[in-house]
Amino acid sequence: MTIDGRPCNALEGDTVLTAILTQGTRLCSADATGAPRAGFCLMGACQDCWVMMADGRRVRACTTLVQPDMELLTGATP
Amino acid sequence: MTASYVVVGAGPAGMRAAEQLVLAGVRPVVLDEAARFGGQIYRQPPTALHRPARDLYGLEARKATGLLSRFAEMLPHIDYRPDTLVWQHDPGSLQLIHQAQPGELGYDALILATGATDRVLPFPGWTLPGITTLGGAQVALKFQACTFGPRVVFAGSGPLLYLVAYQYLCQGVKVVAILDAADRSAAWQALPAMAARPAMLAKGAWYVARLRAAGVPIHHGARLVRAHGSDRVSALEWRNASSGGTIDCDAVGFGYGLRPETQLADLAGCQFAFDANTQTWLPEVDPTGRSSVRGVYLAGDGAGILGADAAEVRGARAALAALEDMGRPCSQPLARRLDDQLKVHQRFRDGMEALTATPANWAADTPDDTVVCRCEEITAGELRVCVQDSGAREVNRLKALSRIGMGRCQGRMCAPAATRLLAGATGCTLEEAGRLRGQAPIKPVPVAVLGRLAQTPSAAPLDDPEAAGALDD
Repeated sequence: MTIDGRPCNALEGDTVLTAILTQGTRLCSADATGAPRAGFCLMGACQDCWVMMADGRRVRACTTLVQPDMELLTGATP
Repeated sequence: MTASYVVVGAGPAGMRAAEQLVLAGVRPVVLDEAARFGGQIYRQPPTALHRPARDLYGLEARKATGLLSRFAEMLPHIDYRPDTLVWQHDPGSLQLIHQAQPGELGYDALILATGATDRVLPFPGWTLPGITTLGGAQVALKFQACTFGPRVVFAGSGPLLYLVAYQYLCQGVKVVAILDAADRSAAWQALPAMAARPAMLAKGAWYVARLRAAGVPIHHGARLVRAHGSDRVSALEWRNASSGGTIDCDAVGFGYGLRPETQLADLAGCQFAFDANTQTWLPEVDPTGRSSVRGVYLAGDGAGILGADAAEVRGARAALAALEDMGRPCSQPLARRLDDQLKVHQRFRDGMEALTATPANWAADTPDDTVVCRCEEITAGELRVCVQDSGAREVNRLKALSRIGMGRCQGRMCAPAATRLLAGATGCTLEEAGRLRGQAPIKPVPVAVLGRLAQTPSAAPLDDPEAAGALDD
């Protein structure tokens, strides 16, 4: 899988949230200000962990298990 | 299609409701948004991750294993549908999404066991990475075998505060402080009522004793002033009547007890009443689980917070009520036993309420630059100006004008804060400030899925019960 184009590994059974936050601090970005976000409730209630993928789909990171070859984008500016 | 008995949620309430229905010889449908049954409290890790029950559920391991294996045993007699989101309620039927496919399910009896999430009151900087709810910190551990840290502050109030701190301590995480919003005297006030359940009280005392023995500082009456940090939290500033300070940390878990998930009950048309004890609007429910709407039953923390053990009792009791109303025989001795058990839980809960404090003067102490709505980044200052300029006196009016509660979370995270700020700005009570009305979809739904729904033949006659009925099955 890749995070912001960078190849990386995750464990089977990791959520997208776990896969990203075990490698960095930013998960996604706030809609209005673009401020860094990293999940909050982790149980599918707050909706503050939707992560964009390179193909345009979005996944709720705390409830979606990571799949091989996912291309995840955190919204960080390089 | 139509099913006679539908249960929404597969936590302790939903699982026990399903059990009673199966024992009565009916085959319930159980709709679960999660991938595996257990709810939040007995949440099971993904199948790829194997951990012993003792590591997952601690002192509750035996109870958890018993309940989970009981439900597993019953699965052949249950139409169990994991990964299924219920996002709308129409009269007598539910709108679902499963694996990006829309669906509709009619019912005769509906048992809502929708659970709860942390009750959140924001403070400046709370949106920084590294800051989660107490429940979120626990989910990381239970569901993913991960911890936030390495140095964590736990803050807020309620039983989860000490339980999660204890669980992190057991994993070798450095718990740098506990900031309890409740005063030290709250524990003594709570004690007589909590003696109703001595084993539960003993567990709580054990967690606190272990934390103290490990040298974790515990500050009472604490208010969270501000989280510091740029790309993630680096310190937390706090204050109470006698002291205060700034604590260096890498993570913060906080929450002030739980708030029930009531959106589906709301969409089902259930009446709500203001509960003075918890200062919350709750769906009306009698001790048997019957709501104000015929055929709709409420069980577990979604019907008002009483905890996991009470949820099992309420789930079973609601199922008996549903069976009775549908004209099936149900065990009266069991019903009476459950009613008696529920009274004990209620007594314990009354004591617990004193421990689940929110910071005194939270609204007045919250600065204008505090983000209240995480979804759309609406600040306390913007809400105050809106109230002042518009004269809004009720929270749905404030929602219409400011979009508070209109974002992706549908007010789950901001509603307690928004109503308190409104009450603070107008001088009205929380009861007068009202409650945010639930709206479909209660969780985000892809437009593409709604598009598919619009193309299915059942979509057109949704408003016509006869035509819709003809399409069942």
